[in-house]
Amino acid sequence: MTVTLVLVVLMMAAFAGWLFRQSFNVRPWVAASARGQLPAPIPPSVTAPRVGLGVLLAVVTSVFALTVSAYLMRREMGADWQSPPLPGLLWGNTLALALASLALQVAWQAARRGATRRLHQALAVGGGLTLAFLVGQLVVWRQLEAAGYYLSSNPANAFFYLLTALHAAHLLGGLVAWGRVLARLHGGAGALRQRAGVELCALYWHFLLLVWALVFGLMLSS
Amino acid sequence: MGEREYDASSYAPPAEVEEMELPHPKGFFGKYVWSQDAKVIAVQYGLTATAIGLVALVLSLLMRLQLGFPNSLSLIDPGSYLQYVTMHGMIMVVYLLTAIFLGGFGNYLIPLMCGARDMVFPYLNMLSYWIYLASVLILVAGFFVAGGSTGAGWTLYPPQAISPGTPGVDTGIVLMLVSLAVFIVGFTMGGLNYVVTVLQARTRGMTLMRLPLTVWGIFMATVMALLAFPALFVAVLMMLMDRLIGTSFFMPEMLSMGESSDHRGGSPLLFQHLFWFFGHPEVYIVALPAFGIVSDLIATHARKNIFGYRMMVWAIIIIGALSFVVWAHHMYVSGMSPYFGFLFATTTLIIAVPTAIKVYNWVLTLWRGNIRLTLPMLFAIGFLFTFVNGGLSGLFLGNVTVDVPLSDTYFVVGHFHMVMAVAPILVIFGAIYHWYPKITGRMLDETLGKVHFWITFLGTYVIYYPMHFMGLEGVPRRYYAYGETTFISDSVQSLNAVITVAAFIVALAQLLFLFNLAWSYFRGREAGSNPWQATTLEWQTPHTPPRHGNFGKALPIVYRWPYDYSVPGVKQDFIPQNVPPEAVERESDTRRGGER
Ligand code: HEM
Ligand SMILES: [Cu+2]
Repeated sequence: MTVTLVLVVLMMAAFAGWLFRQSFNVRPWVAASARGQLPAPIPPSVTAPRVGLGVLLAVVTSVFALTVSAYLMRREMGADWQSPPLPGLLWGNTLALALASLALQVAWQAARRGATRRLHQALAVGGGLTLAFLVGQLVVWRQLEAAGYYLSSNPANAFFYLLTALHAAHLLGGLVAWGRVLARLHGGAGALRQRAGVELCALYWHFLLLVWALVFGLMLSS
Repeated sequence: MGEREYDASSYAPPAEVEEMELPHPKGFFGKYVWSQDAKVIAVQYGLTATAIGLVALVLSLLMRLQLGFPNSLSLIDPGSYLQYVTMHGMIMVVYLLTAIFLGGFGNYLIPLMCGARDMVFPYLNMLSYWIYLASVLILVAGFFVAGGSTGAGWTLYPPQAISPGTPGVDTGIVLMLVSLAVFIVGFTMGGLNYVVTVLQARTRGMTLMRLPLTVWGIFMATVMALLAFPALFVAVLMMLMDRLIGTSFFMPEMLSMGESSDHRGGSPLLFQHLFWFFGHPEVYIVALPAFGIVSDLIATHARKNIFGYRMMVWAIIIIGALSFVVWAHHMYVSGMSPYFGFLFATTTLIIAVPTAIKVYNWVLTLWRGNIRLTLPMLFAIGFLFTFVNGGLSGLFLGNVTVDVPLSDTYFVVGHFHMVMAVAPILVIFGAIYHWYPKITGRMLDETLGKVHFWITFLGTYVIYYPMHFMGLEGVPRRYYAYGETTFISDSVQSLNAVITVAAFIVALAQLLFLFNLAWSYFRGREAGSNPWQATTLEWQTPHTPPRHGNFGKALPIVYRWPYDYSVPGVKQDFIPQNVPPEAVERESDTRRGGER
């Protein structure tokens, strides 16, 4: 649980720090005058969808941190832990996901500059590479199974399948959002809404790439 | 922090609400069923939670019947008793309390109290309710499948939860786990809304330090729930895999009837850590909204500003943060290292400090207040008593040496019912009496309400106080019958009979309450827009009940905190948050008639 604890403490600390700035030196019981000053409005860059994504990522962080905590706890518990071999294909998959993340970044930049064709291309490439990653993960499962590393034969195997499946499920959810952004593009939505959607996708993908890197690293190290 | 000059008159048109193109509902169906209006969703949440809560209430009565008058109903056998315990506990904690505080009061009050037109993601908000309903239906399906619902206890500890011999091991447990997973997904959608709405959609002038404590409580509870529910989610997934596809996350190898099971190498302790990492914060997820609401009830009905507002806010935050580092106090009997136990006992006792501060502040708010003994006030005072009682026994249980012999006895049942069952329920009642006039436009009946209060308040003491003594004698919890023992005295049986009678009377009083809700909806006295003379924004809406969009054309501008009651030198004993100082009628003021 240490991993989770550290993350939760960090999130809470960030939150408390921010709150402290909002509440420090404030005298709530003093009323403002109608001809006085109004507190600063929220900066325009802090939009609801962005904040929403931030909160969602905190939740997803919690999910993965807890799973990894369980992984570490279980690993320390018994001598029966036997990590499965990691097929080489995983490296290829990792590359695909990294490129997908990159493509979405390019798409975001294109949306910002209003380069519509570039945006369409990059978005499509990003989605395609993500699909490739998912198929690749499926193939890895098959390979492991064929080699006799079943889900139920060792807790290490079970955790491997669980973590990869959780990660893939989050990517699938991302692909649903990606599909909606694509539909929005073809539906001729305004530039602003386009950009907002692409931006959220890109950030989500970067985050999932980071999660994958950590999960993969963890499994390499055990 | 930059500040911007503004002149109220130049702001007459409302704040920009660009992203809030409100989907305008069409027809009855669009208005009340597929509604994206947070107020409707709130009522949907509230009604669903109440309905499933009544099921849990009936289950508790069945259990009480068996305990008070053993074997009087042939329907109840040891297996079904365990099923009742499990479903009762889980429904009450998750599907009633969590859902009604966050989904119900959160949805209704956050946008109104923050001065927003609606939640920021209305569509997601609607989905959240329907997913919650689905989870409730899946849960209820457990009653009807072969083998019945699960009897694993609301803690669902493996290996027993998914081992042969436990009721509902075939289908019941699977439905329970799936239902929880679905609930968590739905809750996350709602939770995103509550948090982002508080952060992003507050009206102009509504700084964080001008938020009513109700919003603070619900907000912090949501933050905690968003971080804690994933633990349950992960645990549920892993247990489902153990049950359905033969992994061994939690299941050790077991010998049963001379045969060893298919599982090997799982760790039941792992589950306990995950479960309580969720389970303890869960206690505060239902407590913090109650804290917040009760603060507002007390301030409003004692006509006094809340004592130590900033302290109250920080206590909420600190309680929320600390409650993530105490989970192992539920595992003192799991054979943990004594140092570990000592650590968790310490953190547990530390939480008592901010909690005690809150209690003192409530009492100090009441001190010399102009207390109006309205129904919400009665329930708020009832909460104070009950919460302090339950909290004190919690201090006992927080200590390892005291907890170990008391663990799994009726002392624990008495403690947690006081502190996390009855206390929040009293707040829910108080809150309903308080906000019903805004939701429906009519007052609830006073006399019926008083009868309801006194029976519920006194009744719960008759029910739960004796349980502490039974626990000290060692009467175990989750037992269908006690059989012949040397340590349980005969008087326990008479006590149990008394408790059961009281439980039935309390349950009947709830029917009175439901009747009051229905009757007042049609026949209640017209409430007007601000019957309690409260300051917060939900009472300043142009229409009662508030219409779609909450505030008419212009969003209110907030000039002050929500606790300007009995301000010296001011004519009225309350100043709503959206009244600028210039418009306040002073006692010496003759020049200026108030425009209000
Ligand atoms: C009139 C109201 C209530 C009555 C008469 C009642 C009665 C009971 C009884 C008889 C038990 C089983 C004790 C045992 O055999 O171990 C129980 C367990 C429980 N109750 Fe209640 N209860 C009531 C309300 C609530 C509420 C509002 C909550 C909400 C938090 C709640 C939460 C629980 C929990 C968590 C358990 C433990 C379940 C388990 O052991 O798995 N109860 N209650
Ligand atoms: Cu606890």
